[in-house]
Amino acid sequence: MNRSPSNTRPIAIALAAMSLLAGTARADVTVISFGGTNQKAQAKAFYEPYAKATGSKVIPGEYNGEQAKIKAMVEAKNVTWDVVEVESPELARGCEEGLYEKIDYSKIGPKADFVPAAVTECGIGIFVWSTILAYNSDALKTAPTSWADFWDLKKFPGKRGMRKGAKFTLEFALIADGVKPDEVYKVLGTKAGTERAFKKLDQIKSSIQWWEAGAQPPQLLAAGDVVMTSAYNGRISTAQKEGKTNLKIVWTNNIYDFDLWGIPVGTPKKDEAYKFIAFASKPENQAVFAGEIPYGPTNLKGTALVDKAIVPELPTAPQNMKGAFASDTQFWVEHGEDLEQRFNAWAAK
Amino acid sequence: MSNLTATIAETVTTDRSVSLKTQLHRAERMKKLKYGALIVPLALFLLFTFAWPIAALLKRSIDNPEIVTAFPATSALLHSWDGRSLPDNAVFAAFAEEAGKIKGTPVFASAAKRLNMELPGFRSLMMKTARAMPPEAGQSAREALIAADQRWGDIATWQYLGRNASPTTARYLLASVDRKYDDAGHIVKVDDDEAIYVDVLKRTFGMSAVVTICCLLLGFPLAYMMATQPPRIANVLMIFVLLPFWTSVLVRVAAWLVLLQSEGLVNQALRAFGLIEKPLQLVFNSTGVYVAMVHILLPFMILPLYSVMKGISPAYVRAAVSLGCTPFKSFWKVYFPQAVPGVGAGCLLVFIICMGYYITPALLGSPKEQMVSYFVAFYTNQTINWGMAAALSAILFAATLLLYMVYSRLVGQQDAVKAR
Repeated sequence: MNRSPSNTRPIAIALAAMSLLAGTARADVTVISFGGTNQKAQAKAFYEPYAKATGSKVIPGEYNGEQAKIKAMVEAKNVTWDVVEVESPELARGCEEGLYEKIDYSKIGPKADFVPAAVTECGIGIFVWSTILAYNSDALKTAPTSWADFWDLKKFPGKRGMRKGAKFTLEFALIADGVKPDEVYKVLGTKAGTERAFKKLDQIKSSIQWWEAGAQPPQLLAAGDVVMTSAYNGRISTAQKEGKTNLKIVWTNNIYDFDLWGIPVGTPKKDEAYKFIAFASKPENQAVFAGEIPYGPTNLKGTALVDKAIVPELPTAPQNMKGAFASDTQFWVEHGEDLEQRFNAWAAK
Repeated sequence: MSNLTATIAETVTTDRSVSLKTQLHRAERMKKLKYGALIVPLALFLLFTFAWPIAALLKRSIDNPEIVTAFPATSALLHSWDGRSLPDNAVFAAFAEEAGKIKGTPVFASAAKRLNMELPGFRSLMMKTARAMPPEAGQSAREALIAADQRWGDIATWQYLGRNASPTTARYLLASVDRKYDDAGHIVKVDDDEAIYVDVLKRTFGMSAVVTICCLLLGFPLAYMMATQPPRIANVLMIFVLLPFWTSVLVRVAAWLVLLQSEGLVNQALRAFGLIEKPLQLVFNSTGVYVAMVHILLPFMILPLYSVMKGISPAYVRAAVSLGCTPFKSFWKVYFPQAVPGVGAGCLLVFIICMGYYITPALLGSPKEQMVSYFVAFYTNQTINWGMAAALSAILFAATLLLYMVYSRLVGQQDAVKAR
């Protein structure tokens, strides 16, 4: 067959178009978060502006914190997730086990720009979030003010919601039992302290409704399944914004922690991952994110840019930080597996 | 007469170079080879995509590679250690050198994590020790290790390390049946507040049995109707059975959640009729789990029953009635025994699916309704302890196989009786 120019031209154009498309597809970056209103806020503050600024798309995805998928991907050397939002103990453990890249801060920004606790070996903090006590003011005559009230089934009758797991459950049990916030992890590290926490939980065990995803507590409160629950502060605030003004937050003795960006080892899009993280860590973008869902920025300049009206809802507001304590990452790295197993055994009885 | 046949047989034998018997054998063998060749592709496919991956995953339940990979020389030396007094200096030196070499690497981290599984606190011990390694010049390895943490002067620590310094371990399988090794290496029962797996296995069996019986009681009449009614009714019933069957399981579970929750349709209807004042707790407990599981597994019971019942001729029951048998007796003595293969197949199918069921109890149940599969998922996803996940799966697999053998023994006897 004759290969005249008019014959080969469409093929050449098609090939060129395909390679161009492939080129742009290669610049897309997959970002995994915890889903729900958190992901929606990230889309507004990070994904869409990033796509507008650089032209490469952000492919969002969600998960519930399970590290098994990342471990399987890294071991099989077939990594499809480029940037992952990870909680701090999982990141620390994953870093030691070689699941996450060691962050090169020259590609993101000077370390002094960020809150010191947000700068870690394998991850950079995205935001500060807090686990608080949320309640339905329509279902309770008097408002609860502390975790001891959470345990008071006589004065505040109704079911309780708690996160299914040892983390953010055992600490609140000890607080309700009278342990001071700065001693919680020391007590929990002893055998007697762990037993004390489980004995305290036994007092309300039959009234507890366990939740796993961050989106569940506001749903449970609104549906009337529980009257009080532990919850992530941002999810309750966004529910309030959407009209559920009967959901209220009690900030007493809340536990705050960071979520961090991690890059799984072996991703083919490491440069794009760094570009995205650098973009998301800029103060103006973090301020937009805080405006969408009240999680505190980790960039120190970003805190100044946040709208004054939103500041009282952030975990980092001074009145909310009173009595609050940080989740002890090292403690959970060390004791997390054992306590989670123990919790499972206790819950299954 | 027999003499004649014997002579003919002899003539026949001497005529051919090989006997008829050998020829028959050869012909049978050729036939078997041909049939075998026809199924070899399928057998290979099943082997590579089914049998081998499952075997590889189950092998993880006895794999113990972390210590041996991280500390090969130490492990070899610990094998020849008698365990009665502290190991000699060679062991200390080997351990100190290897810890210094691999500290900060993922290999070391996974060894620390593995040792932390049985003795919480061991991870920080390993990290603290590694930071102090390798020992400075002039300091013996023994002094350096004990100076880093005095637990290295304790014989129990070395015994623990020695127990785990082999490439295979029974630890995961033991933990799956609530047993563990004590300090001396004997198998003992785990503390009561950590022993759950035997109870969970019993619960799995119990829940599966309840669901199977409910499915049988609900499915048998429906299958009977479908098999005996004229096509126009039977087809409509078949559609009612198949339509939910073709819907995704998650969609059905979510639908049950909407129906059964406190402000769901069932509770709203009951309150509208004035039958109840406070909403009933229908979900996140065993009620919701049983309702949803029976709903999802009914087609698996109905379809085998239907296929067997379709082949039962109505003439037998009519004959029994005409001979004076009461309706119930004719059903029980004539119809039911013919339907037993369908009952057996349906029950077996529903039971085995139930044993491995994960998503419905996980979404609709409380922690008290979780079956073995939930813990397999927990170890796979949350704590990334694939050894425990594989061990629990192996125990479940063994229990199911045992059950199937019991079933085939029982049903096999039934068939033998029928053949007579």
